[in-house]
Parts: sequence; C-alpha cells; structure tokens
Amino acid sequence: MASLGSARRSSYLAYSVPVLSVLVALIIGAIMLVMLDASPAEGVKAMFDGAFGSGEALISTALKATPLLLVGVGITIAFRANVINIGGEGQMVAGGLLSTATALWLGDALPALIMVPLVLIAGIIGGAIWGSVPGALKAYYGVNEILSTIMLNIVAVQLMNFLLRGPMIDPGEIDRGTRIPQTERLPEAADLPLILGSDRLHIGPLIAILAAIAAYILLWRTPLGYRVRAVGQNPDASKYAGIPVKRTVTLALTMSGAMAGLAGAVLVFGSESHRMVTDGSTAGFTGSAGFNGIVAALFGGLHPLWTIPASFLFGGLLVGGNALQRAVQVPSALILALNGLVVIFVVSTDRYKKLLRERASAAETAAKLAEQENEDPVPAAVGAVEDGPPDRAGPASDDAGGEQGSGEQ
Amino acid sequence: MSRNAWIWLGVAAAALLVIIIVAVSGGDDETTETTVAAETTTTAEETTTTAGETTTTVEGETTTTAAETTTTAAAAEPIRIAIVAPSASNDLAFTQSIVDAVNVIEGEREVAEVAVTDGTFVVDDAAAAIRDYAASGFDLVIAHGSQYGGSLQEIAPDFPETTFAWGTAADTFGLSNVFAYEAASDEGGYVMGVLGAALTETGTIGIVGPVEVGDAKLYVDGYKAGAEANDSGVTVNINYTGSFSDVALASEAAQAHAAAGADIMTGTAQMVVGAVGVAADQGIPWFGTQANQTSLAPEIVVASQVYKWEIVLRQILDDMAAGTLGGSVYVIDLANEGLAIEYNDGFALSAEVKALGDQAIADIIAGAVEPTG
Amino acid sequence: MSDFFTEAVLIATVAGGIRLAVPLLLAALGETFGQRSGVLNLGVDGIMLLGAFTGYYTVLKTGNVWYGLLAGIAIGIVLGLASSLISVTLQAEQGISGIGVYLFGLGMSDLLFQRLVGTPVPITKFPKIDIPGLSDIPWLGGMFFSHSVVVYLAFLSVPVAMFIINKTNFGMNIRAVGENPEAADSLGVSVSRVRYATVTIGGTLAGAAGAALAIDLGIFQQNLTNAQGFIAIALVYFGAWRPLGVMAGALLYGFVNSLVLQFKTLGIIPQSWSDIAAMAPAIITILALVIVARRFRAPSALTKPFTRGT
Repeated sequence: MASLGSARRSSYLAYSVPVLSVLVALIIGAIMLVMLDASPAEGVKAMFDGAFGSGEALISTALKATPLLLVGVGITIAFRANVINIGGEGQMVAGGLLSTATALWLGDALPALIMVPLVLIAGIIGGAIWGSVPGALKAYYGVNEILSTIMLNIVAVQLMNFLLRGPMIDPGEIDRGTRIPQTERLPEAADLPLILGSDRLHIGPLIAILAAIAAYILLWRTPLGYRVRAVGQNPDASKYAGIPVKRTVTLALTMSGAMAGLAGAVLVFGSESHRMVTDGSTAGFTGSAGFNGIVAALFGGLHPLWTIPASFLFGGLLVGGNALQRAVQVPSALILALNGLVVIFVVSTDRYKKLLRERASAAETAAKLAEQENEDPVPAAVGAVEDGPPDRAGPASDDAGGEQGSGEQ
Repeated sequence: MSRNAWIWLGVAAAALLVIIIVAVSGGDDETTETTVAAETTTTAEETTTTAGETTTTVEGETTTTAAETTTTAAAAEPIRIAIVAPSASNDLAFTQSIVDAVNVIEGEREVAEVAVTDGTFVVDDAAAAIRDYAASGFDLVIAHGSQYGGSLQEIAPDFPETTFAWGTAADTFGLSNVFAYEAASDEGGYVMGVLGAALTETGTIGIVGPVEVGDAKLYVDGYKAGAEANDSGVTVNINYTGSFSDVALASEAAQAHAAAGADIMTGTAQMVVGAVGVAADQGIPWFGTQANQTSLAPEIVVASQVYKWEIVLRQILDDMAAGTLGGSVYVIDLANEGLAIEYNDGFALSAEVKALGDQAIADIIAGAVEPTG
Repeated sequence: MSDFFTEAVLIATVAGGIRLAVPLLLAALGETFGQRSGVLNLGVDGIMLLGAFTGYYTVLKTGNVWYGLLAGIAIGIVLGLASSLISVTLQAEQGISGIGVYLFGLGMSDLLFQRLVGTPVPITKFPKIDIPGLSDIPWLGGMFFSHSVVVYLAFLSVPVAMFIINKTNFGMNIRAVGENPEAADSLGVSVSRVRYATVTIGGTLAGAAGAALAIDLGIFQQNLTNAQGFIAIALVYFGAWRPLGVMAGALLYGFVNSLVLQFKTLGIIPQSWSDIAAMAPAIITILALVIVARRFRAPSALTKPFTRGT
C-alpha cells in the first residue's frame, strides 16, 4: 500500500511539473512588469479577468483555444508515430486557402447544412495535402521533417500572399485601389453556426473537442492507431511484424496536417470578418497557433483528451496576455517574450514529468504485483511494452486520472 | 542525475532572471546618457517621456473628472479614446503617426483616457481588442489598419453607442457609427516627385516599397506621376520588396537602385530604414513619408511628407460632440494641412527647386493638378 | 534585359548576394557544429535577434563597431549556454524548445528596443575595406574585394570551421558524439561536454551573425532578421553538414535573392510575380534536401538526447 501511495505522489508531481513551469514563467513576467513600472498584481488580475473572469472572457478563451486544440491533436498523432510536425503554420494556411477557395467557388448556391461541412472538409484536405508532402519526403526519401515542414511554411505564406493579392482578392479592393490582401466577405451559408445565443461563440470549439475524441479513438481503438503507435515505438520491429512503416509515417503526418488544415478553416469561417485576411505574414493569419498548438499538446502530455483542458488553459494564457497588454499598457512584445518563456519551461521540464510518471506507473505495477501474487505477470509486461517510453503519456495518464478520482473519496 | 538536473534548472532560471533584470533596468540608468550621446536620440527620449506623461496625466485627469461630474453634470464629458494598430507605436511610420495625433488631441480637448494596443498584426487579435475596448465603454475606438475593416464591419453594429474610426480606408460600410479616414499620400508623393525630378542628374530615380497595396501604392504612384510630370525623360525604377519587415532586403533594393543609376531615392513603410542607410552611405538624397525621417539621415533627407491625423480626429470629435457617431469619410490632404511637406534644414535645397515644390502644392490645392489618375 | 549586363549592375548583383549571404553563413556555420554533434538548435533566429539588438545598442552607446560585435558574441555565448542547458542537460524536445527560444528572442529584442531606444536611430557601420591590388581588378574587384570587414571575416571562418571539424581532436569528438554517442561515451568522451561546446559555438556565431546584420545595416528594428535563422538551419542540411556545402548554400540563397531584386528594379520581372519569386529559395531548398538526403546521411544521433546507460 505504501508503494501505491508513493505512486500516487509521483503522479501528482508529474502533473504539477508543467503547471509549475508555467508559474515560473509567469513569475518572470511579473518581475518584468515591475521593471516596466507596471503593477504585477494589477497585471495578474487583468490577465485572469481577461481570460476567465466573465462569460465573454471565457468565450474569447474558448475561441483562442480552438485552433490550438486542433493543431495540438494533430501534433499528438504525429508524435505517436515519432514524427515532429513543425509545419502546423503552413498546414493551417493551406487548409484556410483551400476552404476559402471552395467557399468562393460555391458561392451562395448551397444551404448552410451542406456548405459548412463542405468548407471544413476542404480545409481538412488542404492541410492533409500540405502535411503529406513532408510525410512522404521523410518516409521515402529520408528528409528530416523538421526542415521540410519549416520550408513548406515559407512556401505556404508566399502562396497565400500570391492568392490573396491576386486571384482570390476582394474585387472591391481592386476597385478602390487599396489592394488589401483579403478575400471578399465569404458566403454567409459557410459561417460557422453560432451557439448558446452568443454573437460570436461558434461551433468551432465543439468541432475541436470532437476531433480530440476522434483522435483518441483512432489512436487507441483502431488497428491504424495501433500501427501508428507501433511504428513510433519501434519502426524496425514494426517492419518485421508486417506493418507498412513508410505508408504509416506518411499517413501520420497527413492526418496531423489535416487537423491543422481544419484549424485553418475554422479560423476563416469563425473569424469576426468572415473572410481570409493577412498582413503578409503567416502569423498574421494563424496567430502562431501552429507553434502554440505544439506547446498545448506537450502541456497535455501528448494525449488527445488531456490536450483539451491544456489548450483551454494555454488559450487563456494568450487571451489573458492580450488583456494584460490592454489593461496595463505594456508593449505587446512582452507577451511574445513571455510566450517564448512558457514554451521553453514547459518543454524543458517535460522529461521530469515523464520520469515521475514512469516512476509512478512502475511503483504502481510493483504494488499491484505484490497484492496479487498469483496473477500471471505476463499481461502486465505486454501492457508495459505498449505504454513504453516513446509512447509518451498514453494510457499511463488514463490510469493516473482514474487514480486521482479514487484519491478524492 | 535527476537532482543535478533540478539544480541546473534553478541555476538557469536564476541566470535568466539576472539577465532580464540587468537588461530591462539598464535602461533607466542610461536614458540620461541618451540625451548627451546624440541629438537625434532626443526624439526617442521625448517619446518615452510623453508616454510617461500620458499615464500620469490620465490618472490625474480621471480624478478631476470624477470631481467635476459631481459638480457640473451637464458639462461635456471627457472622452476615452482607444487605438488598435498593427506595428509598434514608435515605428517612425504608420502607427506612430496616429499615436502622435492622439497625443496632440489630448493636449487640446477633454480626454479622460487614451489606451493603445499596438503590434496587433494578427487580425483576429485586433478584432478582439476592438471589441474589448468597445465593450469596456470607450467612446472612440480607432482601428488603425486597412486590414481591420472586415472585422469592424461585423463588430460595429453590436456597439451602436460607440464611435469607430477606421483607417486608412474610404468606406464606412453604410454604418452610422463608423468613420473612415485616409491620407491623400499621392499628393505629397507628387510634390516630392517633382522635387526629385528637378534634383536628379542621372535621370534615374529609385523607389523602395513594401507590397503594392494601400497607402504605400498611393504614395509610390503619386511620386512617379510627379517626377514624370516635371521631366518626362526621367526613369523611375520601382522595387516592391514583398515585405513590410525585411530591412536587409530593403537595403539591398536601395543598392540595386544605385547600381541602376538612381541618384535620388524614396520609399515607404517601416522597413525603409535599411534603404535610408544605404542612401546615406552613398550620399543619395532621400525623400521620406509617413513621418519626418530626418533623424535617420540628417545629411541626405531632402523632405518628408508628414501625416497629421489630428485634422481628421478634430473633425470626428466635433461630429461626436454634435451627436453624429459616424457615417463620414475624412481625408487628410495638402489643402486641409493634414499632410505637410517638412523640409530638412540641413539639406541645401536651392530656392528654384523649392519653388517648384511650392508651385506643385499650390496646383494640387487649387485642383489644377490631379496627382494620380 | 540588356540593362542587366552592365558593369555596375552585375557588380551590385554579385556583391549584394555576398552581403545577403553573410549573416546566413555565420549562423549556419555555428549550427553545423551543433548538428554534427547531434543537437538541433531551432532557436538560432531568436539568438540572432538578441545578438542584433545587443550589437546595435552597444554601438549606439559606444560608437565602436567592434564593441558591438563583441557584445553580440557575448550574448550569443550566454544564450548558447542556455540552449545547451535546455537541450543537453534537460533533454528537451529539440524541435520545440528552439521555437520557445525564437519567440523569446523575438519578443525580448523588441521589448528592449522599445524600452531603451524607441525610434530607430542610425549607428556607425562596419568600415569597408578595399583589398589592396585585388580591389582594382575590373569587375571582379568590385564584386569580391570591396566589402565591409565582417564579410571577409565570415568567409575566413569557413576554412577555420573545416579545420576544426575535420582535423582536430575536438572535431573528431564532435563527429563521434553525433554519430554514436554510446561508443564515444565508452571511449571516455564526455558527450554532454562536447555538446555544450558545440551548441555554445552555435550560439556565439548566431549572436555574431545578428550583430553583423544590425551593424552592417546600421539600424535595428523589430524582427530585424525576418526569420533568417530558420533559413540558416535549412542551409546546414542543404550543405550536408559540411562547412563548404553550407557556404555554397548561403551564397546560392544570397544570389537568388539579389538577382530577383535586381530584376524587379529593372522591370525584368513584373512586381506581381514577387510572391511567386519569393517562393523559389524555399522550394529549391526542399529539392536540395531530397538530393542531400539521398546522397548524404544526417548525423545518426541528431535530435536524440543522450542518457548514459545504467
């Protein structure tokens, strides 16, 4: 029993690591606020109020969290196949562009019931195409995916600028001679439907949560998901077991890109302006969600379901940061620097979370074994293989989650 | 191993803290030196102090307001102004022009509070800021970016009591609480094009632009038209680098112009600081726009077209005081002195050439010359 | 097109390509060290930005370009050490921690600039040096031998890097650690010490690259590097982890950009094509990545943290 207790302690610690690391980053932020002659207490209050303090604030946070969650879920899928997808930014742009083009092409002809799914699917396809390229390059040519995705981000932004300044530009912008790189107001039938009687909360967050659940089912309840995880853990063994490793790697990045593409489509059709608009940079369209989604995924232990609350918290951090800038009037560069610090701290402490978690599950297994000496130890060993190190959080966090529940009785 | 790593983590955090503290606090010790170091830096100094003053006066005035409202409730209430803009508020270009204007207004009228959200190049973040300012009761929310229009169109109807000003743009979407404002920057461009064509000896002028859109395009087109109107034989080479931010590319574009024989240059948007540096190195006269760029290169800047948005803001505030919350498009131009050509006294410009410029200004104001089109 | 083949324009195109290549070359050479030892540092651009600001600010205060370069190098060393700590000791996922360093550098350099400087103020630039004799050669002199002093320094660092990586004991250790850390460890080479050294070299050169950029332009502005650090990382792959290859890549990238600029200036390429033209370098790099991946192998331990076996 004592070892089960220590297992529980280790797993609590494991969960506290990312939270602590964010706190440290925020403390540094508070110190920087003092340096900038602003009151940190006021800053923290503005941040919290801006992110969670009211219904409108919660809506802002949910909307900000939506692309983070979608990208994060995609990151999770790729990560399980041991592929790092830094190309979320480009894939979001590709998804946004294809869905926008689809909406422009279809016009007002179709009802919302058909239009909305169609544009979202177009976004998924756009992102999938942009993700499949580095996937195939890695699987068949051995090109490092980190590099190819970064390069494809650059290609995507130029493609976006070309299309939004040329073929897809709002005709009104040409008439007026202002030539802002944006499309016209897209067909209203394609607007993401609003929910809960709000004037801006749309179904995007719901879609993202559904996508997270779908990814969970895919990864742990389907043969394809099993193959993805097997390839991620041990490509050589998977090959001998008859799994098409190259195709699986390609598919994992394709699915990852598809999620980011969906995020791009949600950004377009859920935006205030209901059009695709940029300032000429990728971040101008994505708000860096392609990068921040990675952090949200890490924050959520690279598990699709845990990425849901993680994205919400991280979205809150970003919304709160903007509110802080408005309330205390500090330069927006501070928020960017803080964002970077949060990323560094969360990633740097990730290994300790894993170590603690492994210790937790090891102690737990030991305790269970001690309790039930008669049980055949083999199934446990098989389980251990499946949840092994490259498979970062996986079922281990499920266990820990259940444990947390039992600890509260 | 694990314990070691925790120690390392602590050391790292401490080191980072020290760096940050040293870096950020270093400023206060050395600002005094700034004034001594170079005269040009005084502008920077002034900006920071005005920023400081802003916050203090704001607080001071808010308290007096509270006192006033209790005594004279009927008096015109001081208004609260918010600015949402895409680049840094001291960029010596687009964003700074509106921040400076609001600071001028603050000295003239009863302004209770000025809030600035700068650097919001992410359109949806800007939309969130606009909505937030409107929701928290600001009387005038300035959306200072053409790209914010699409969002504003959706937000403004939700806040019928709030006035929105959108620039640079010429469209109020038919909404009764949206003002649009723009700069006829082709006028200043034209005037300086006339001057440039008079100054060139090689007959070639180089223009560095960001992307062929909005205000930048208007200025570049005006400059070209002015140059060609003064001397039809002049060659105007235009290079849009494709970026608002790539300083190195802008610098190389200026080198390319110089190689192609340009002995007069101009350019627009915040990345031209790189091109100004090249012009200064090679002693090529430069024309600036959006803000007075003399401080960047006191020897070679001939003149700058400066935006005085306060002209537009006064009109908007007058309308608001009269109960009109929007619906008009206001333009700053040479005629209403919202655009000013500020000459650099350090540049020896002959009286004849300057007379050409003055003539062009007079012609434009009189309507005798159409800068573009 | 005939406008293009004049002496002035051709010299400007080649010289411009070389100038544009310098920050990329310095940063990519530094990154080569890290990657050869198995560490991918994606934060190069953030380090460059902070190096650029520090260099700029130092020159603004002291008026001495060399102090500026040294200050950029100093901040590069500090950030290089911090990056080593993150990726070697803390074993953070290298593809992601670098993004954090990038965002931090992007925000912090801008924040410091706004706080300490405000509006851009020009500074003294590096002196231009005409190499006696060589700079008088028609055409070639203007292209290659009439540059600011950092240009020569940057290109001189290529043979130095080659010598260190290929001919010294330290270089041998770097390669061993990058290919097979376990074997290197068993031979008594400290994997983490070698990696600390290489990542710090990378930070140093990135800081120098940033400072060189800022002091060569004589100005600083928010996001001065415009993501050049990421290009530099790609160039390391492009150059197949060899200093000469990296140099070739940096030059190619510089020349393509310079050529496009020159063509636009002379009206040979219409302005509306500029976005498509800007895609060219990235697409060329991707194609090159494919070719390199076929012919050369990345260091086996790249992006893999090393934990000594129990």
